Amino acid sequence: MSVPLPAFIAIPLVTAFLLPIFGNKGKSFATALANLAVISLLVLAICCIGRYDVYEVGKWSIPLGINLVLDGLSSLLLLAISVISTAAMLFSIRYMERYTAKAKFFSLFLLMVAGMNGLVLSGDIFNMFVFLEIASLASYALVGFGCEHEELEASFKYMVLGSIGSIFVLFGIALVYGNTGTLNMAYISKAIQDSGLNAGLAFALALFVTGFSLKAALVPFHAWLPDAHPSAPAPISAMLSGILIKTLGIYALMRVIFNVFGISISLGWLLVVLGLLSMVSGAFLAIGQWDFKRLLAYSSISQAGYCVLGIGLGGLIIARAGSNITTTELAWASLAFLGGLFHLVNHAVYKALLFLTSGSVEMATGTRQMKQMGGLAERMPVTRTTCTVASAAIVGIPPFSGFWSKLILVWAAIQAHYIWVAAIIVFVSLCTLIMYLKVQRYVFLGELPENLQEIKENRFSMLVPMVALACLCLLMGLLVLVPDLKQSILDPAVKVLTDGLAYSSSIIQK
Amino acid sequence: MKGMTVIVKTIASWVKVLIFLFGINIILFGHLTPGGGFAGGVILATSYVLLMLAFGREFVEKNLSLPAASRLDCLGAFLFALIAILGFVFGGVFFVNFLAKYGQPLKLFSAGIIPLSNIAIGLKVGASLFLVILTLSIFRPYESGRRQE
Amino acid sequence: MAYALCFLLFMIGLYCAVVKKNMVKIAIGLAIMEYAVNLFLIMLGYRAGGIAPIIDKSYLDSAAGQVTTNFINTSVDPLPQALVLTSIVIGLGSLALMISVCIRIYQKYGTFDITEIRRLRG
Repeated sequence: MSVPLPAFIAIPLVTAFLLPIFGNKGKSFATALANLAVISLLVLAICCIGRYDVYEVGKWSIPLGINLVLDGLSSLLLLAISVISTAAMLFSIRYMERYTAKAKFFSLFLLMVAGMNGLVLSGDIFNMFVFLEIASLASYALVGFGCEHEELEASFKYMVLGSIGSIFVLFGIALVYGNTGTLNMAYISKAIQDSGLNAGLAFALALFVTGFSLKAALVPFHAWLPDAHPSAPAPISAMLSGILIKTLGIYALMRVIFNVFGISISLGWLLVVLGLLSMVSGAFLAIGQWDFKRLLAYSSISQAGYCVLGIGLGGLIIARAGSNITTTELAWASLAFLGGLFHLVNHAVYKALLFLTSGSVEMATGTRQMKQMGGLAERMPVTRTTCTVASAAIVGIPPFSGFWSKLILVWAAIQAHYIWVAAIIVFVSLCTLIMYLKVQRYVFLGELPENLQEIKENRFSMLVPMVALACLCLLMGLLVLVPDLKQSILDPAVKVLTDGLAYSSSIIQK
Repeated sequence: MKGMTVIVKTIASWVKVLIFLFGINIILFGHLTPGGGFAGGVILATSYVLLMLAFGREFVEKNLSLPAASRLDCLGAFLFALIAILGFVFGGVFFVNFLAKYGQPLKLFSAGIIPLSNIAIGLKVGASLFLVILTLSIFRPYESGRRQE
Repeated sequence: MAYALCFLLFMIGLYCAVVKKNMVKIAIGLAIMEYAVNLFLIMLGYRAGGIAPIIDKSYLDSAAGQVTTNFINTSVDPLPQALVLTSIVIGLGSLALMISVCIRIYQKYGTFDITEIRRLRG
């Protein structure tokens, strides 16, 4: 049974347009419908594990029509998107009662999910841009959803920087079309392999890297993230930090650099440098924060740097070896890619969980400043446990999933003879330990201030997604340890990156 | 939002019909002449905006209110999705042109699902642009802590 | 030559979006950038001396046996036109969202000046 790929885009899009009809009277029906849509997407994403499919929309054959491609990388990211969006949607059933336009919230949320699914599945570069814009516009509106002072200011800043990033990407696409004459990613890759990079294509590559790094909030381009992620409502922060910056930024970078243009030594070093800068500056800036969600936002910048570092290391190993690559070098490169991709999926889970716990704390106490909190451990036991689990995972304490991904990254760095990179990774992990110890100390331990004496634990429907994500944090270590799971879920994704330019030949033959 | 003088109101009430009909022409002949769904939808919204400028926002809001325009908007999008899904049901793949065999080239009834999707898009774009401009005109300047709606 | 003017327009838009202090001017700068890229994309499809990519009855009659090859050899490229149509719609949506956020910020803060709406720090 093969899943029709446009269903991933059609189901959330149709539901998003059905919901505003219900208005205020049918709020519970709208909620149920939205949750049904997201859970069905999760089921479909699980059915798609380990498949390879090329779907030609409208039965127009490939250079004339648009195609949707499901390969290992796409299925891994589809799974991540569906898991995080299900958790955030379940959390927001109760959390969004404070805002007035709940049906419109679900509509925008589903539009964002449709945009991300379409971006991940698309095989055509302009189609990727259209879905990038759909997801970005929905997220600009969602960040400013509460219409308070800070939310609007953050939304405006995010909108300006995000639009500049998108326009750079469009300019890059225009240059690529002008130089190669086609928009399908497989055919562009073939044309670039035949003719090599001229000045126009090199400029287009620079524009792509700038535009997608603006979306992924890597360090020279991160100015919007510390304002946008704290001001958004908590489930939206979980989606933005957990999965949106990964899909719009890091996945698109991977697709364009590895499968369309081909990795080279300078590109590999660029990715490594961007990753290192993000890791270090995110960690340093996060330690001094007193606002709970702002600290988590800076921590997101740091952890996104880990993913880009892993991918850049793998690319550097492949580019350094050139065309006759030995099997050991290929194994090291695969290890680096595995570390980067596994860290991407891990970080999605535990950062979403951290933002959901911060939302739960904010809903109970009414504030985000850590100096005004304290001693919440005895009143909110489930929130405290899940937050501790997520903090332990993000720091990298052994049985949790974060330990395995950081271990793989350090090992790959040492194998590739970059000992200084491994040292920086360990140092930034220590900084991460410091910042999460700060969170635990100020939010949960210590004394309960007087104005917070009557708070109690939140309701059941908010606790279920938090507990589910916490169990995932514990169990995801099994994804690398159990060989069957690793081969079906993670290895095809790694193979897409190591094959690189073979993406185009496998699609053109089909 | 107040209206304008008598001259503007009279001319606007004559011209709005022409603009609306022109918009419908651009939508319907979208597969033969330049234009299509989006351009025709913008022209449809323009006729309502002309009414809003000439007669005032309350007049137009009584005619086509905010929830009604929102429902038209969703209807247009839903029709478009329905055409895509019907392509899946009849042809096996989304967006297949399953009506391509009917009609001869260069006539009005030809080119399969393209005129139908043009109509759906025109409806949606017209309704949503009208909604945008109506919503933007509701806001009033900041006056001593109170917001008028 | 025409491409260089497009790039100049893009740079003007970028300058406007980065340097100006009024929020509405920043939005206009972003709109100029977007239109510059659309213009560049349309100009890519141009062929000197080409016809518009529309087939009507007179075209079908005059080029009896070889409609497709004649069309491919003489018309301008229609694909960038479709791309620009999509891109204009996206720009419209983005601009509408930006202007509505500007209006809401004016209601809350009372000013359009971005140096004064700085409650978020750090």
